[in-house]
Amino acid sequence: MSKLDSRLLDEVVIFENQEAKSTGAQSLAPDHTPRQLHREGALPARSALGPGVQHSSLQQRVEQFLFHQSELLDGKHWSAYIELFEADGVYWMPVTPEQTEWLDSASIFAEDVSMMQIRMGRVTHPNAWSQAPNWGTSHLVGNVVIESATATTLVVRSRFQMIEMRRDLLRHFAGTYRHTLKLHGDTFKIALQRVDMLNAQAPFDYVLQIWV
Amino acid sequence: MQPLEGLVESDRVHRTVYTDQAIFDREMANIWEKTWVYCGHESQVKLPGDFYTVQIGRQPMIMVRGMDKKIRVLYNRCPHRGVQLCGSRQGNTGSTFVCSYHAWTFHLDGRVKGIPLPRGYDGTRMNPDNPDCSMKGAAQVDSYRGFVFAKLSPQGPSLLEFLGDAKIAFDDMCDRSPLGEVEIVPVCHRVMQHSNWKFFMENQLDALHPSVTHQSTGIAAGRAERALKAQGTTPPLYYHYLSTFASSFDQWDSVQTVNFPRGHGILKGYMGLRPDDPDTKEYVASMYKAYGEKKAEEFLARNIHHVLIYPYLSVQSPLQQLRCLRPVAPNKTLSEIWHFRLKGVSDPIYRRALWYFNLVNSPATMINADDLENWSKGQWGLESNGLDWVSFHRNHGGDSIEGDVTYSKNGTSEAVMRSQFKAWTEYMRA
Repeated sequence: MSKLDSRLLDEVVIFENQEAKSTGAQSLAPDHTPRQLHREGALPARSALGPGVQHSSLQQRVEQFLFHQSELLDGKHWSAYIELFEADGVYWMPVTPEQTEWLDSASIFAEDVSMMQIRMGRVTHPNAWSQAPNWGTSHLVGNVVIESATATTLVVRSRFQMIEMRRDLLRHFAGTYRHTLKLHGDTFKIALQRVDMLNAQAPFDYVLQIWV
Repeated sequence: MQPLEGLVESDRVHRTVYTDQAIFDREMANIWEKTWVYCGHESQVKLPGDFYTVQIGRQPMIMVRGMDKKIRVLYNRCPHRGVQLCGSRQGNTGSTFVCSYHAWTFHLDGRVKGIPLPRGYDGTRMNPDNPDCSMKGAAQVDSYRGFVFAKLSPQGPSLLEFLGDAKIAFDDMCDRSPLGEVEIVPVCHRVMQHSNWKFFMENQLDALHPSVTHQSTGIAAGRAERALKAQGTTPPLYYHYLSTFASSFDQWDSVQTVNFPRGHGILKGYMGLRPDDPDTKEYVASMYKAYGEKKAEEFLARNIHHVLIYPYLSVQSPLQQLRCLRPVAPNKTLSEIWHFRLKGVSDPIYRRALWYFNLVNSPATMINADDLENWSKGQWGLESNGLDWVSFHRNHGGDSIEGDVTYSKNGTSEAVMRSQFKAWTEYMRA
């Protein structure tokens, strides 16, 4: 065994999952808060053509669902957004359109609901430093096509454009959504939201902090 | 440019080493364009004609597999009028490079193959026997365990001399495969850092920052991990990847760094990547079968978080991923992020490393989101006239030096930065 190898075996430290009394910044300044605690305000009003209105077609209901989803993202209603998903739902942004398996391929996002909750927990924490600068998004969804429909499941393709503002700069993202929606009475739950972004392989000028 | 003297002291450096264009230009000339630079993995160019473009310092290069199976690294420039021969980042060029401007063609080893209307060169000194008619190659190309490096200067150390003990980055990665090899996962995430390349290199072995910078993610993941435990469920290992970031200062201080000559270094492991489950048991059994119990245990017990190959590579060997820096400007650094699959392991073992890649190293990373914010703000701070010096005083004089290796007694010692700047000074003075 080389000397380096034996040095690497010395003094092995493994961090157990125990709640640290306080993390670094907290131990020095527990209230070091660069911004207000995140509070989800009132949800955006739903369309009058929404669930329960008889003359709204399936196409209209699906479109209203997608518009609502975008408004939840833009309004930072993270928990309401996560509630749109089935308990075993998945949000997936692969790198290339050719990818088919969310669990077995390198992805930009590959998150079940539980991981989405961790992401929400991170982004709403007062010491999520990256959230200190002004930050917001504006989504536009269109070209909505119901690709298939059974009594229980819809597959819906749409296009999105998203502008993000962070600090003083705008970034532009665009691409295709493919939603696998489960019918629940008048409304839907997301089994899979697949996001194929046009600029998925371009260099990212900073990261994506939250779902697109 | 201003003289280098007085910019680097043993315990502090002048802010301009992060901000000055002339210093940056000298770094490109004296470091990147002189020493070994990582190009890619052999499995990125499997077949003859497969190529991948790569930036070495300010030089656009092509890594290409030849008809003779050899990998070469050539300047991406037509000898005729300078037009780049490969217009895409990657692909297969067949048996020939063809210039899109005047159809000069070249063999995959760079030799000129054909010139249209060649009689037009009769009587000139530009004829096919003139080496100026062929694509220029890197002075040296070599690989270690499948990882390809090129050097643009004929002088200097061999690849193995350059890597020194830091070659363990590639040993640790490959030895974890029962076949002793890895192959590339064909996805390259690229993230632009709006900061000097040194911020990333220093950050990689900086054990004081995680519980400050990454506390929001660590706390959120720890909460989820404990909630699952309370329900009697074993939380997935990848929750632990995130939750460990919120460990206390004292815990981080107990993780040692190892600092080699040439600025290379190791942050020792802390995540405990060997759970007791059927997938791991099966994997360990396959390792025993391949290497024998003693050797396999030696490989599996190597306790590394990541290895730095200074000044551009951070290799997370136990999880088979690496990040490579391609500096663009004093305040702009492109990072290329790659993942490798251990040959001969099951899907669940691959997935374990993949989770880390997706959660920590993807462009939606919950970790680097806060690092990048720090580095941008750091760059802006150092561009100001606020103060002139950057402090690396922590545990100065308190490290344990054995031969040419410095072991930090404290994980949070700024021995890492001091070691990097020692190497930097040697490169820059040369």
